[in-house]
Amino acid sequence: MPKLTINGIEVEVERGSTVLDAARFLGIPIPTLCHDDGLQPYGACRLCLVEVATSNGNGTRKKLQASCCLPAEDGMMVWTHSSRVERARQLLVEMYVATCPSSKRIQDMASAMGVRQCRYEAKDENCIQCGLCVRMCEQQMAAGAIGFAGRGLNRSVSRPFDHTSDLCRQCGACLYICPVCESRCQGPQAESTLCNGCLNISTVCFQSYDNAMCFLDPCHACEIGGPFRKDVQVKSKEFTHIVEK
Amino acid sequence: MQKLKSPHELKEQRLCLEAFETVRPCISVCAGSGCNASGAQNVLQALHKELEKRGLAGTIDVKSTGCHGFCEKGPVMIVWPEKVFYNGVSQADAVAIVNSVTNGHKPVEKLLYKDPNTGERVLHEHDVPFYARQQRILFGNNGKLDPRDIRDYIKVGGYSALGKVLTDYSREKVVDEVKKAGLRGRGGAGFPTGMKWEALRKSTTRPRYIICNADEGDPGAFMDRSLLEGNPHSVIEGIIIGAYALEASEAYIYVRAEYPLAVEHLGIALEQAEKAGLLGKNILGSGLDFRIHLVQGAGAFVCGEETALIASIEGRVGEPHPRPPFPVQKGLWGKPTVINNVKTWASVPVIMNKGSEWYSSIGTDRSKGTMVFSLVGKINNTGLVEVPMGITLREMIYDIGGGVPKGKKLKAIQIGGPSGGCIPANMIDLPIDYEALTTAGSMMGSGGMVVMDEDTCMVDLARYFMEFLEEESCGKCFPCREGTQRLKEILNRICAGKGNEEDLELLDDAGWMIKETSLCGLGQTAPNPVLSTLRYFRDEYIAHIREKRCPAKVCRELIVYEIEPTVCDGCHACVRVCTTDSILGEKDHPHTIDTGKCIKCGACIEVCQPKAVLVH
Repeated sequence: MPKLTINGIEVEVERGSTVLDAARFLGIPIPTLCHDDGLQPYGACRLCLVEVATSNGNGTRKKLQASCCLPAEDGMMVWTHSSRVERARQLLVEMYVATCPSSKRIQDMASAMGVRQCRYEAKDENCIQCGLCVRMCEQQMAAGAIGFAGRGLNRSVSRPFDHTSDLCRQCGACLYICPVCESRCQGPQAESTLCNGCLNISTVCFQSYDNAMCFLDPCHACEIGGPFRKDVQVKSKEFTHIVEK
Repeated sequence: MQKLKSPHELKEQRLCLEAFETVRPCISVCAGSGCNASGAQNVLQALHKELEKRGLAGTIDVKSTGCHGFCEKGPVMIVWPEKVFYNGVSQADAVAIVNSVTNGHKPVEKLLYKDPNTGERVLHEHDVPFYARQQRILFGNNGKLDPRDIRDYIKVGGYSALGKVLTDYSREKVVDEVKKAGLRGRGGAGFPTGMKWEALRKSTTRPRYIICNADEGDPGAFMDRSLLEGNPHSVIEGIIIGAYALEASEAYIYVRAEYPLAVEHLGIALEQAEKAGLLGKNILGSGLDFRIHLVQGAGAFVCGEETALIASIEGRVGEPHPRPPFPVQKGLWGKPTVINNVKTWASVPVIMNKGSEWYSSIGTDRSKGTMVFSLVGKINNTGLVEVPMGITLREMIYDIGGGVPKGKKLKAIQIGGPSGGCIPANMIDLPIDYEALTTAGSMMGSGGMVVMDEDTCMVDLARYFMEFLEEESCGKCFPCREGTQRLKEILNRICAGKGNEEDLELLDDAGWMIKETSLCGLGQTAPNPVLSTLRYFRDEYIAHIREKRCPAKVCRELIVYEIEPTVCDGCHACVRVCTTDSILGEKDHPHTIDTGKCIKCGACIEVCQPKAVLVH
């Protein structure tokens, strides 16, 4: 059984495990967008990057590698949250937000990672080509009704020749697994690319919702700075009223 | 040729061929892709016709060979046995050439190379400055042999390394020799070949495969192409030696379908080698069974990446997958596989023949042997150059390349294809080796070298490469697919004069991120053109942003065409070529340009005799 060190903690995992498995076993959170335990790792979203020390003939070299595809090996040294990893993830998420600003999951990730600016033009592509739907259809539903078509900037998830395939049973598994389908909160700053405005404003987003309850899970930004923040109990009368309702 | 059953028979065959070598004069014409484009086939036809007309067809040979390297002066030829080197030959010269051969080999003066510095005519190839500084251990035989005839290759010592290895060397010794020679992968990354082979030998899984990566996709690069077109057997010999050392059963040569001549010559070479008993069952009686298959790529740049290449051979979409597992652990069809570049395989027979000690004496401390570059761009001597590692860029550009044309100033050198970096003119004394180039923010790459003069805008150049990469990125991983598009978007903005200072920081950040996080080598090197130009030509970016000015006068949104009234003689030449009717003025009176209608195509500049059209 390979024994590796993650953030200074030694851990022994089963042969065949990935570094991501090992880190999760230790309870270390690593963000992912294209990973699912029931599907083969794909390594496309690059968010699960960790810093790994590899030694070759000329000494040790630290490299960023996707932990979801990296088999755990004996004597491996891994850092999951070094400054290099954090910076790479932040810059990556900034680009994700610009590509798909309507996704709650990506917006939440940005808030959690402390991304406070988005310097790219918003694109609203909606699909991040994580390949979860394609793999779900093929590996779990044994259908293979959708796949990738095109290359580079023309690549997209598509049906064969753009016609609904006979193989599609319309099971909805692709919809279920899509990480970016759930749309973001349409709160106070919906028009901006980055929706962590709640972190910076004192009024909570419920007020601008006209006292209507939000149907989404609480946004990460709300959890840190807004009405659902865990550290400070918000004692607003109006707010308690809404929550009770 | 009959089937050879042992290395001894191969040796005998060579002696026979050498004995048949008559003193008959031979005109060997370069028929590589470069010379073909400048009319080598016409020259060949004219020569054959002339010889037939005079009834000399049996006394003077004409041979069409592979690329000699000096593409700028093509078509080129060498007349044996005097080894007279002619350049810029046209079909009209056929008579004069045949005349010179029949009249006691008096050289045709006007076809000899003229040294631009001294003005003197040069008789032999090795005295031409372009060749003088080169060390052509891979390409040296190109001019001597007909790639369609295996006997030519055997005659110049071909397959002798294979014979030697099969009789005298153990498998371990072959790997050891490659390791000691210090050969590093010529595809770009420079991974030590011996180490790769050793790693494969550790695996116990069978069968093992060999792949020759001939998917050369860099714009302006044609090294692998010329080698496969001109001397395919040298590559095949290297692969067979590899098969012996690595106990591989099959090999695949993955070659671009866009190289029809290379595909044709390889096909012929494989067939001939098989007939001669150098491929197939029981090679040269040694008990080694080995086959080589030819696979044609479908035109994706990313398939030069090894894992994408394997996927492509297997019939899947050419997209890379994460390593580890490396191909030596789990490659083609899930079996251990060694992938090496064309030039790496061609270097193997040389190492076996001349020994690792000789090979490692060439080059620098950590980069051994020779490297082949295709020298293109704003350079006098365009062509294929094989130089020992460690030679400086200055020697490359000025001694071999003959400097920048039209007396312009050298600005930068772009090495390593689209994902290589730009090295500025003030770093011209940089030695060419893997480490030095990487430290300078560029990379060795597979050997593309584009020279740029003062008329090149570096921001525009970076944008061009991003455009290329945006289309050629496979699109699997997010940072490469999206990042190249974003970089292009920002560069477009800057080129249009709409950039701001923050864009520079954003380019730096995005470039760093794409480099760090991308899945394969394409993405990890894709930001290099942007990062290296930002590093060395930041002032040019700043001029675009702050002053809304393109210093090289390339970016159309930032330049204005104007006619200098004191110089203009009113000849109307520009009025006639202007497609948008934006030049106004009567004949014999100074003209003016309506800048609102002008599309800045530059047609007026080309026709203006008094040079009155100015670009601001």
